[in-house]
Amino acid sequence: MSEIIKTDVVIVGAGPTGLFAVFELGLLDIKAHLIDILPKPGGQCAELYPEKPIYDIPGFPMVTGQGLVDNLMQQIEPFGPTFHYNEMVEGLEVLGTPEAPAFRVRTDGGKVFETKAVVVAAGGGSFQPKRPPVATIEAYENSSVFYAVRKMEDFRDRTVLIVGGGDSALDWTLNLHPIAKRIILMHRRDDFRAAPHSVNAMRELVASKQMDLLIGQIAGLKGEDGQLSAVSVKTADGVVDVACDRMLPFFGLTMKLGPIADWGLNLHEQLVPVDTEKFETNAPGIFAIGDINTYPGKLKLILSGFHEAALAAQKVHRYVYPEKKLLFQYTTSSTNLQKKLGVS
Amino acid sequence: MTKITFIDAAGQSRTVDAEDGSTVMETALKNAVPGIEAECGGACACATCHVYVEESWVEKLPKAESMEEDMLDFAFDVRPSSRLSCQIKVGPALDGLIVTTPEKQG
Repeated sequence: MSEIIKTDVVIVGAGPTGLFAVFELGLLDIKAHLIDILPKPGGQCAELYPEKPIYDIPGFPMVTGQGLVDNLMQQIEPFGPTFHYNEMVEGLEVLGTPEAPAFRVRTDGGKVFETKAVVVAAGGGSFQPKRPPVATIEAYENSSVFYAVRKMEDFRDRTVLIVGGGDSALDWTLNLHPIAKRIILMHRRDDFRAAPHSVNAMRELVASKQMDLLIGQIAGLKGEDGQLSAVSVKTADGVVDVACDRMLPFFGLTMKLGPIADWGLNLHEQLVPVDTEKFETNAPGIFAIGDINTYPGKLKLILSGFHEAALAAQKVHRYVYPEKKLLFQYTTSSTNLQKKLGVS
Repeated sequence: MTKITFIDAAGQSRTVDAEDGSTVMETALKNAVPGIEAECGGACACATCHVYVEESWVEKLPKAESMEEDMLDFAFDVRPSSRLSCQIKVGPALDGLIVTTPEKQG
């Protein structure tokens, strides 16, 4: 078993709300570890709309999704949070009592945390790969259909059908080309979102007949026992069978509530109900802030998540430092807070 | 008032009033039309407001811009009549528009 990471708080989700929770907790001397399934901070802001302008962040007439994330990362830097990317929280076990809660949190990457409180800031849930619209695909997943390349060796000497027109599809086309038996790239149109230089490199390989490019869409899968033998492809000239033994579909990500549904929390339409004083769930010590929670009058705004983080932090303090009295202070005037921020 | 008809994957049809200047996606949400999720809220960033425009309307709508085409790559079961409803602006010319929502969004 891996070494247990002991911490005050585990924050599930490194979107804007989870990031700002680090700040509010940090002012109260509470250390946090953040876990996110994405390889980077920012959640939806960074994954869905990094370049889109946001107009309703107080004090910022306009800031882009990525700009907001960059600013938040700078703002929480003094508190030294630890990030665990590419991991999804799978299990949550209650160790303590309602008065003195404690939890054991496990990720799908095998990490184990022991913590006094859990702040669920998971937004719309965890980002997971979109499945192509083929009913039988699940039977082939993780044996011959993969949504990510974990080990390139799995594709050596294989005939690989890569589906999609973005950077993931094009990058893996180019990276796997030297080791695969044959690469076939398929996309629904002869127009690619990926970076122009990779599109050009792909077109050169196609021109010199070192790989194939097919314009069409998946119509069905052929094979048995999870082993793919061909993919039926709907093209402009009708349906054709493309022989292959590996498929890599890259259709982007979608959000699913995921394992949070199994943590014993009350749920209402895929959201976690909380009170509006502490933003605590039905399980003492587990908080839910940001888009994942619900309460009367809830607005799914980033600014609501920030407010919720500040209030939840107050109650987390009671669990982490049951003996200490919490003194309300302003960052403008408190030398104590300014010391924590590294500015005094 | 511009009227738009939404037909769901099971064939049930709902005709609603649409406000000129809004989008087809906003019209769906405002009228609680099922089958449209619009996860990103209309930023053309998620492909979960995907609809099929009825055959006779495909040519009448302004063509999808490249940003919308790019995002359609992520939609479920894309067809030639596929559009993202957040990118279709409502105006008097759209009166009578019929769209079908797909079996699922992403």
